[in-house]
Amino acid sequence: MIVNSQSATSPQVIDCGAVDHTGPVSWSATARQEVETIIARYPDRRSATLPVLWLAVREFGWISHQVELITAEVLMRPLDEIHEVVTFYTMFPRRPLGRHQIEICRNISCWLAGAVNLRDYLKQRLGIGPGETTADGKFTLSEVECLAYCECAPALRFDDRYVGNLTRESIDRLLAEAE
Amino acid sequence: MLKLVTKNIGVENSHTLAVAREHGAYSRTAKALAMSPDDLVQEVIQSNLRGLGGAGFPAGRKWSFLPKDSPKPRYLVVNGDEGEPGTCKDKYIMIHDPHLLLEGIIIACWAIRSHKAFIYIRGEYDLPITRMEAAIAEAKAAGILGEKVMGHDFALDVVVHRGAGAYICGEETALLESLEGKRGWPRLKPPFPAVEGYMRCPTIVNNVETLSYVPFVVEMGGPAFAALGCERNGGLRMHTVSGRVNRPGVYELPVGTSLREIIYTHAGGIVGGRALKAVIPGGSSSPVLTADEIDVPMDFDSLAKIGSMAGSAGIIVFDETVSMVEALQVLIRFYAHESCGQCTPCREGTAWLEKIVTRILDQGGQPGDADNMLRIARNIMGNTICPLGDAAALPVISFVTKFRSEFEVWINKGRPVASIPLRPTHIGEPAMAS
Ligand SMILES: Cc1cc2nc3c(=O)[nH]c(=O)nc-3n(C[C@H](O)[C@H](O)[C@H](O)COP(=O)(O)O)c2cc1C
Ligand code: SF4
Ligand code: FES
Repeated sequence: MIVNSQSATSPQVIDCGAVDHTGPVSWSATARQEVETIIARYPDRRSATLPVLWLAVREFGWISHQVELITAEVLMRPLDEIHEVVTFYTMFPRRPLGRHQIEICRNISCWLAGAVNLRDYLKQRLGIGPGETTADGKFTLSEVECLAYCECAPALRFDDRYVGNLTRESIDRLLAEAE
Repeated sequence: MLKLVTKNIGVENSHTLAVAREHGAYSRTAKALAMSPDDLVQEVIQSNLRGLGGAGFPAGRKWSFLPKDSPKPRYLVVNGDEGEPGTCKDKYIMIHDPHLLLEGIIIACWAIRSHKAFIYIRGEYDLPITRMEAAIAEAKAAGILGEKVMGHDFALDVVVHRGAGAYICGEETALLESLEGKRGWPRLKPPFPAVEGYMRCPTIVNNVETLSYVPFVVEMGGPAFAALGCERNGGLRMHTVSGRVNRPGVYELPVGTSLREIIYTHAGGIVGGRALKAVIPGGSSSPVLTADEIDVPMDFDSLAKIGSMAGSAGIIVFDETVSMVEALQVLIRFYAHESCGQCTPCREGTAWLEKIVTRILDQGGQPGDADNMLRIARNIMGNTICPLGDAAALPVISFVTKFRSEFEVWINKGRPVASIPLRPTHIGEPAMAS
């Protein structure tokens, strides 16, 4: 039996490019309430750290020093502990990103299926390398480890959608469709 | 062909409560709740259900290790981190049959007397996260979860916890640290999580797929489930096949199906009719097998006997055109990237190994390189807090030992042949333009 993947139907795009955190930031009233709802799910406040950071990414686009400060405050944890957590994980952006994030897999199954060529093609199409954002703020490209779509290799993650069985044609289509 | 955890995949709206119920969801919960927790644990022990997250530890026996008299609350933590390269099975259950997993969680929580479960899902898995959250909300509204599980005097709350991109958080103690709001640094064992886990309370950590088989164990009874597999390896499991095969995909098959059958019959053989060169049988951490070692049953014991591991059943296939030196670079780069950095042998060793392979590939190989790599890898083995160190060392040792001549060719003469051929990226789609 072969199983085919299904990708999300309604991609949620996080607009990160426009946020500037040079001054203090604060939680919106709804976000502050959500923080309390999240904390209530756990036997202690500290366990709410990852979900509260995810909420912060949704609210502020990226985790700046300012965002770490207000996260530490609601979680009643020392700032350095929050910083330690933020820097340990790869998915908490620590700088503004493009409007769309493209993450191409470089691990073994994708590599076997020619991901190197497709990464190079993406670099050429976007004019940037992994870790960079296009000048118009539209795309951020990164190379990531196994996305767990190895059966559809080569695979990439475009915002919160997965695209498998990647070809140059499907890359062209993706880039053309993105606003 | 018998299907259990994948049987509803393809059924329209299989992720919704109404459809899931039509197809049997929660029909086994009542039966389980009518049994005593201890009898339930016995049933799972008899089923020979093994942990399908990688280590293959018998599920029922793990449950029986919980301390009998601790006054602390007990937790069930579901491992949906799915980070082992070559493995992508758990997402199918979470996307298409979240209620099956929830039913497994309810039954397991009853068996271990836990009132709170966390499902830790890898951060990239947006759709599995959405589907699990929606399923929990539906189940709560229907009285399946909450103060009284299906009207029984048993309260259960289930919470989805989203990871944030760290492979090491799939390791159970790192996962617990992460759940506690810290960086995912593995803990020294013992104490094992069953004794001191989440918040230092007794905790069972089980893989998504493992728990999803539990309703079927209850439905058919432990011995009947055991009979579907082979000796000491009960039931079925999901095999992910990727790499140079004609039909990559996920196949649910009896535990103990031969690796040859999976590659040649189910996955359609090697792309382009080429010769098989090597297979990683159980996700990237398991030692590689050569083409003449594939007449092996894919069960935990048989693979261990020939020096490899069934692991997560992530089967990665290499054909004759693949360079094993280049492939090893991809693998070791991954472990160097994902080492949490706590132990010196793992942190330094993986980085050093990556440097050597890269140097070899850049035509800078030196005569002692192969032996050096073996020595470094052996020095990592057994000297680290968690099994990631071994997981990095084992592929190196197996690649360099079994394909040594290939390494020597690179070291002595530099690049032998262009080794990543262009190929159609997917059967049925136009070939990739060069
Ligand atoms: C480095 C490392 C990564 C792991 N990643 C996963 C994973 O992604 N998913 C998983 O279920 N188990 C993973 N495991 C295995 C878990 O530690 C643990 O054995 C498993 O979740 C227990 O569940 P099971 O007994 O049902 O298999 C990993 C182990 C190690 C050492
Ligand atoms: S073996 Fe590696 S990943 Fe595991 S605890 Fe040590 S440094 Fe971290
Ligand atoms: S190796 Fe690319 S998705 Fe797994």
